[in-house]
Amino acid sequence: MMFSDADLTALVLTLKLASLTTLILLLLGTPLAWWLAYSRWRYKFLVETVIALPLVLPPTVLGFYLLIMLGSHGPLSSLTQWFGGSTLAFTFSGLVIGSVFYSMPFVVQPLQNAFTTIGHRPLEVAATLRASPLDRFLTVAIPLARPGFLTASVLGFAHTIGEFGVVLMIGGNIPGETQVLSIAIYDHVEALEYTHAHWLSGSLLVLSFLMLMTLYAFNRRFSLV
Amino acid sequence: MITARFLITRQNFTLDIDLNTPDKGITAIFGPSGCGKTTLLRAIAGLERCPNGFLRIGDNLWQDGKQFVPTHKRALGYVFQEASLFTHLNVRRNLEYGLKRIPKASRKISLDKAISLLDIGPLLERHPSQLSGGERQRVAIARALAVSPRLLLMDEPLSALDVVRKQEIMPYLESLHDELEIPVLYVSHSPDEVARLADHLVLLDAGQVSVVGPIVEMLTRMDLPLAHGNQAETLIQAKVAKHDENFKLTYLDFPGGRFTVAYKALPLGHSARLRIIARDVSLTLTHQTGTSILNIFPTTVDTLTLEGEAQMIVRLTAGGVPLLSRITRKSASLLDLHPGKLVYAQVKSVALLS
Repeated sequence: MMFSDADLTALVLTLKLASLTTLILLLLGTPLAWWLAYSRWRYKFLVETVIALPLVLPPTVLGFYLLIMLGSHGPLSSLTQWFGGSTLAFTFSGLVIGSVFYSMPFVVQPLQNAFTTIGHRPLEVAATLRASPLDRFLTVAIPLARPGFLTASVLGFAHTIGEFGVVLMIGGNIPGETQVLSIAIYDHVEALEYTHAHWLSGSLLVLSFLMLMTLYAFNRRFSLV
Repeated sequence: MITARFLITRQNFTLDIDLNTPDKGITAIFGPSGCGKTTLLRAIAGLERCPNGFLRIGDNLWQDGKQFVPTHKRALGYVFQEASLFTHLNVRRNLEYGLKRIPKASRKISLDKAISLLDIGPLLERHPSQLSGGERQRVAIARALAVSPRLLLMDEPLSALDVVRKQEIMPYLESLHDELEIPVLYVSHSPDEVARLADHLVLLDAGQVSVVGPIVEMLTRMDLPLAHGNQAETLIQAKVAKHDENFKLTYLDFPGGRFTVAYKALPLGHSARLRIIARDVSLTLTHQTGTSILNIFPTTVDTLTLEGEAQMIVRLTAGGVPLLSRITRKSASLLDLHPGKLVYAQVKSVALLS
């Protein structure tokens, strides 16, 4: 057997985390990217800066602040505890929240670029053809931004899979709850179980390669805009 | 009537419009680039917000101090300078995009009619990237027509096309004029397009309407720029009187006489527009015989205007209809031209426009 049960659990958990994070980011990121692309607000650049922070910040720094936020005395956990929930640190929910921040630029930026590339013209045309603002967004902006959505999904997903520092800080290493693939690999190496580490790393490499390959192949085919 | 009042201030540009023009036929908005033609059209479409503006098209109030009808609720069609087809839809679905969004009761122009007017039937299943520039613009025009607009706005629809493509589309625009009763505001900086298409003319200069009126009058008003320069021309409204099967000619009557032009299959009594370039009109004191020129009319000199140092524009009237002639100052002097003098205008070439 190439994968131990613990490895498989970690793999499933990682995929679940990446899917959920990507989904949440597409839902949040689409209106945000739309606003960033079309708003004429003077201080828009401040929002753009905050979103881009995870690109340059060491993941441990990001993780540290998230830990403060999500810890038992942090504002977010206070909120969940007030509603009768538990603290968010070292839980799967906490991981999802952390990943959303961590991967946000990888989803928002491609979407923002896609919307900017479309420009105002197709939307104006749609307006002169009786389409309401929401209608224009759904039937013109989103279909035309399809390459951007593909890029955003793949990058958001792949980046979340590769997450390490943030997870270590806020998730710990609880099998079945917060132990993701990258941490499992780290554990194997620590324990000198190189065969296991090879299998896991290799699978992650192949998976990432396939995802990016699909992205580049498809975006080429659709780039007749 | 179309009534529009806008005051738009941008960096180093002010558009100050107070416009009244008939909501019938084609009204050309004409002027040099940068004079605010496109901004005016966009303000009429509601694409450009203009607080305190006023806009009424016939009975429809689209904007006043209190309300602003958003673009998608205005019964208009808009043809942009570039065709701007939706690249994620094929031609058919581009055409249907607007059509699907208007109530069945207001569908006055069927999709089939729009398709046949612009002759785009064979293109329906193609993708916009597989069309030529001219074809794309025809689809864009059909797409705007398919929403059965109360007003059609066209922003230099031919300017992105080369001469051949322009000639390809022009007949379709002329047929819109003949077959549909939709008023059109047509932005252009091309005197040729204006002469062929427009019924009315709005002259824009530096963000202001300098003058509005019927095109036929405007072209021969000596106080306006159109009546000057090498391109000065006259439009004459005439009626088909007779065909000559033998010589393959068509005769058209106007108050000043009868024009002879190359045969064109038009019904008798059909009203057609003739275009005469001022350069092609020469003047004689007596009725010339023994000349190959067929179109010779007795006229009265109305005004003489110097054009530079060597040329003159002579405004004539033939049966009350104005006609411009561009001659040299020397000729004017030799013929001793002065207002009220009777001369014969020899028209070397006439273009029958529709």
